[in-house]
Amino acid sequence: MNFRLKIWRQQDRQSKGRLVKYEATDISPNASLLEMLDIVNERLLLRGDQPIAFDSDCREGICGTCALTINGEAHGPDHPGAACELYMRKFRDGATIIVEPFRVRSFPIVKDLVVDRGALDRIVQAGGFVSARAGSAPEANSILVPKHDADIAMEAAACIGCGACAAACPNASAMLFTAAKVSHLAFLPQGQPERTSRVLKMVTAMDAEGFGNCTNTYECEAVCPAEISASFIAKLNREYVRANWQTRSGD
Amino acid sequence: MIGTLDAKIPSGPLDRKWQSHRDHSRLVSPNNRRKVEIIVVGSGLAGGSAAATLGELGYRVKCFCFQDSPRRAHSIAAQGGINAAKNYQNDGDSVYRLFYDTIKGGDFRSREANVYRLAEVSNLIIDQCVEQGVPFAREYGGLLANRSFGGAQVSRTFYARGQTGQQLLLGCYQALCRQIAAGTVQMFPQTEMLDIVVVDGHAKGIITRNLLTGKIDKYAADAVVLATGGYGNAFYLSTNARGCNVTATYRAYKKGALFANPCFTQIHPTCIPQSGDYQSKLTLMSESLRNDGRVWVPKRKEDCRKPPDQIPEQDRDYYLERKYPSFGNLAPRDISSRAAKEVCDEGRGVGPGGRGVYLDFADAIKRLGEDTIRERYGNLFEIYHKITGENAYKVPMRIYPAVHYTMGGLWVDYNLMSNVPGLHVIGEANFSDHGANRLGASALMQGLADGYFILPYTLPNYLAGQMGKRPSTDHAEFKKAETDVRAKIDSILRVNGNRSLDSIHRELGTLLWNKCGMARNAEGLREALSKIPELRDEFWRTVRVPGKGQDFNQSLERAGRVADFLEFAELMCIDALERDESCGGHFREEHQTPDGEALRDDDNFATVFAWEFQGNGQVAAPKLHREPLHFETVHLTQRSYK
Repeated sequence: MNFRLKIWRQQDRQSKGRLVKYEATDISPNASLLEMLDIVNERLLLRGDQPIAFDSDCREGICGTCALTINGEAHGPDHPGAACELYMRKFRDGATIIVEPFRVRSFPIVKDLVVDRGALDRIVQAGGFVSARAGSAPEANSILVPKHDADIAMEAAACIGCGACAAACPNASAMLFTAAKVSHLAFLPQGQPERTSRVLKMVTAMDAEGFGNCTNTYECEAVCPAEISASFIAKLNREYVRANWQTRSGD
Repeated sequence: MIGTLDAKIPSGPLDRKWQSHRDHSRLVSPNNRRKVEIIVVGSGLAGGSAAATLGELGYRVKCFCFQDSPRRAHSIAAQGGINAAKNYQNDGDSVYRLFYDTIKGGDFRSREANVYRLAEVSNLIIDQCVEQGVPFAREYGGLLANRSFGGAQVSRTFYARGQTGQQLLLGCYQALCRQIAAGTVQMFPQTEMLDIVVVDGHAKGIITRNLLTGKIDKYAADAVVLATGGYGNAFYLSTNARGCNVTATYRAYKKGALFANPCFTQIHPTCIPQSGDYQSKLTLMSESLRNDGRVWVPKRKEDCRKPPDQIPEQDRDYYLERKYPSFGNLAPRDISSRAAKEVCDEGRGVGPGGRGVYLDFADAIKRLGEDTIRERYGNLFEIYHKITGENAYKVPMRIYPAVHYTMGGLWVDYNLMSNVPGLHVIGEANFSDHGANRLGASALMQGLADGYFILPYTLPNYLAGQMGKRPSTDHAEFKKAETDVRAKIDSILRVNGNRSLDSIHRELGTLLWNKCGMARNAEGLREALSKIPELRDEFWRTVRVPGKGQDFNQSLERAGRVADFLEFAELMCIDALERDESCGGHFREEHQTPDGEALRDDDNFATVFAWEFQGNGQVAAPKLHREPLHFETVHLTQRSYK
């Protein structure tokens, strides 16, 4: 198959970027989009050009490293799935494919298609954990968790931390990411002791990183490779209100 | 320079060794811990759990990873589960049974004391992870669920859907995040370790490259912990993430650490076959599929190109059921992989290139209904569909073995310390627990055992005698190591040839796969040993790595790793040649039973091979050290799964 590519090239955070045209010829329909970029890069390299910088690692949709906007959609047209799970047979032969990084102010561009998503780590550092010291955990089956709660917690915990939710959101909101972690731990008995402080700290950190607010456009849910439901955002809102009410009444 | 290898295994009965060792290990007092700096390289299950736990104990920890976040370490991709000897199913499991299964599964090439300790602490891991909020699968009564996995006769595997590695890693990442926020752990993402610094014989620091800026930095510490994973990417195509590499452990080897059993690699039987030369990695299909799928190929070569539904039942060869009637499709990984290779070598493989076998769910769907199969394996069928475009509910899956895990690694003693004092090695990066073949759901167990419950007890034993001995980074050894790192980067950039890095790496991978893969023989290994130096030469004459060192330069990052694979591959083949027996995943064609099973030679090879780097920066024939394995509790038998 043959494709026309328009790819975002940007030397570093400070430079101005632009879309550059490339031809990708003789590509197998069974190649993944990232493998197509590998091929283009190998050709660029051999003719003395700078290869296109892009991030990937596991290439099976679980590590959350790849962060591409393809034809305007975070992770491309084949939802649900990360960009690394997108195969060229999904495109028409001869199609034009536009590849850009995730566009979020809180994810500054490192180079070309690579962005810095440290902001997401900092949200988790603010409180997205259970304080459980190794050595003091009780016997595992002494904590009973109804199957239904465990299943919902798992649905939220499946988030791969790619940041597509923020990239797809017109407000560049990271609410789905934050909601997934808050919900995962709020649905479990182990998460209860820190439930109130966790949501307050995480939301504060999220705001401090410059992410926008949720206005219920559901773009996040539509692009999420882990199919995290936007209903967790409602859960986050309830948790936030509850926590605010609780801390105020406690004052 | 190295005398006999002393594994420092405590005396006493097997089931008392770990307790008595802990009772007598030295401690570091709380007010001294905050004066101690520990470097942890790697943030997967082993490194992440070690960094978090040591931070919690009050040490000052610096944790390094090449990924942009510690949450992306490759442990995240593990699917199946984690073993523990909880015996929640009342089906007769025990610490001893988990120990015995692991020793036997490893084909009697691991240390009894280490493996027993692993089985002992397995239960603590489950307690710890549950307390962290890892959403393990549950039964309706709220208790933890288990499944049987990898041919075990008991149900001892805990799991979180098909994403157990992800959930365990996130639990550990969150614990790490808590320590980062508390200031006990300083995290250095996108920072690659390029050398170990050894001062007066002790590992006291590392040299790193900041992958975003290219800046080279020196870090001193009281001890260094490597948790940098395995070297499966030596084969180019593997189920490992693209970034997985041997650089940290190989460079430690060049600084004097012994590399043990490098030829022990695990080839996983159920991966999606390669579809073309452009392919960048292989994807695993969880072993659990073999619980319901039946593996077959056509009996006749002529039928291989026919669509599977046109091959009648009597013309199919369900070869695993035929050869191993009692374990059938659930035979262990090394045995199933070899059987698949055998039928493909006979010309009976299916799919592009004839390197594939069918994994057929038609019978299971007939018996249980499509809905049940969807419920059990839906996500795997979706992955398969995404990658191949085929619907496995209608046509059988095609699978083929692929490199998945490496049992070999840096040699460590019972304290998880290498022969270089201060240098500790944990998780897949060490060699210690899996012998010549790892059982399913044991990698996650080992990574977390090392990080949460073993290293935090054994590291103080070293540190207690080292108070106040941390050198400054102005020490001559730091300067020398930094100069060497810079020189290596410059020499890679200077080649400026006309060949791409991937093409060289691919050629190395094909060579290793053919000569040092699922089956090896002396002739093939000698051939590989003559070709690898040529290819290495080719790299240093013709590789083209664009850009600068002081910049974000992904080609340069990868080139450094491939340069190390090109040296390390030789060590794998030397080891495979020297181990003149078959055991576990190491199948020497010269040594097999009349019916084609691995034939061990316990008299000569019940021993660990630990290789010492020789030469002055250049590759030279390494020196072999042996650590004999003493079996005090188990009897060595031929593994039989028939």
